[in-house]
Amino acid sequence: MPIQYYIALAACLFCIGVVGVVTRRNAIIIFMCIELMLNAVNLLLVAFSKMHYSSALAVNTHTNAGIDAQLFVFFIMVVAAAEVSVGLAIIVMMYRNVHSVDINFLNRLKN
Amino acid sequence: MSITEILFWFLSVLALFSAIMVLISKNPVHSVLWLIIVFFTISGHYLLLNAQFLAIVNIIVYAGAIMVLFLFVIMLMNLNIETERQRNIWMKFFGVISGGLLLWIFISASRSATDISGKDILMGQGNIGLIQNLGKVLFREYALPFEISSVLFLSAMVGAVVIGKKD
Repeated sequence: MPIQYYIALAACLFCIGVVGVVTRRNAIIIFMCIELMLNAVNLLLVAFSKMHYSSALAVNTHTNAGIDAQLFVFFIMVVAAAEVSVGLAIIVMMYRNVHSVDINFLNRLKN
Repeated sequence: MSITEILFWFLSVLALFSAIMVLISKNPVHSVLWLIIVFFTISGHYLLLNAQFLAIVNIIVYAGAIMVLFLFVIMLMNLNIETERQRNIWMKFFGVISGGLLLWIFISASRSATDISGKDILMGQGNIGLIQNLGKVLFREYALPFEISSVLFLSAMVGAVVIGKKD
């Protein structure tokens, strides 16, 4: 399978996430779109790791090339889990204060 | 067309369709359910790439833990009624246009990159994604970041409790 297909798929998922962040007003859906963008990047990292592995496999049959990318994906998942817990706590606090999760109510720093 | 290619196209089309449905569904609960389908299809892609550890971690962490947290917050705030006020139509139009331009830049940059043109991915074989090899590298070379991530989790837990408690 050529690498270009995976790049195109991950770019499409990432851009759908970007469009969601720009066009929606619900803070929770914006947060979900950020998760979608993180997953697109994870998929691309795994695809590149397999690409490097398959090119290093021609030289050495016991190679470990590309294993770092999969560990990076693991650490990205760790950071995403921590980020989601703090972010949802912030959204809950915001809902408690303004009784809405609409991000257009959060323009108080403007003036 | 081999079975791997058929699975690749099926999972890709399902992932893109579900990602678009995340955007256009009005009810936030439906968005969460569509996003869970996206995560399952991405796990299917990991299985096709023989990254079995990441596939199962993706299901457990994302579809199991994070999405349940989202659903919990949505139901806690009683947001499952369709009360979100929409942006006006021009904001949506320009948002979609800018996203499309970003996609165009990504696709044309990847088409013109010379170091990746013609490179192939090894589908369904190779043992770097197995949990044995990943565990060896994780505890030999990445032991310090692994321990630091536990401190990160602890601080995130403390932060969530401090932010979320009623004062």
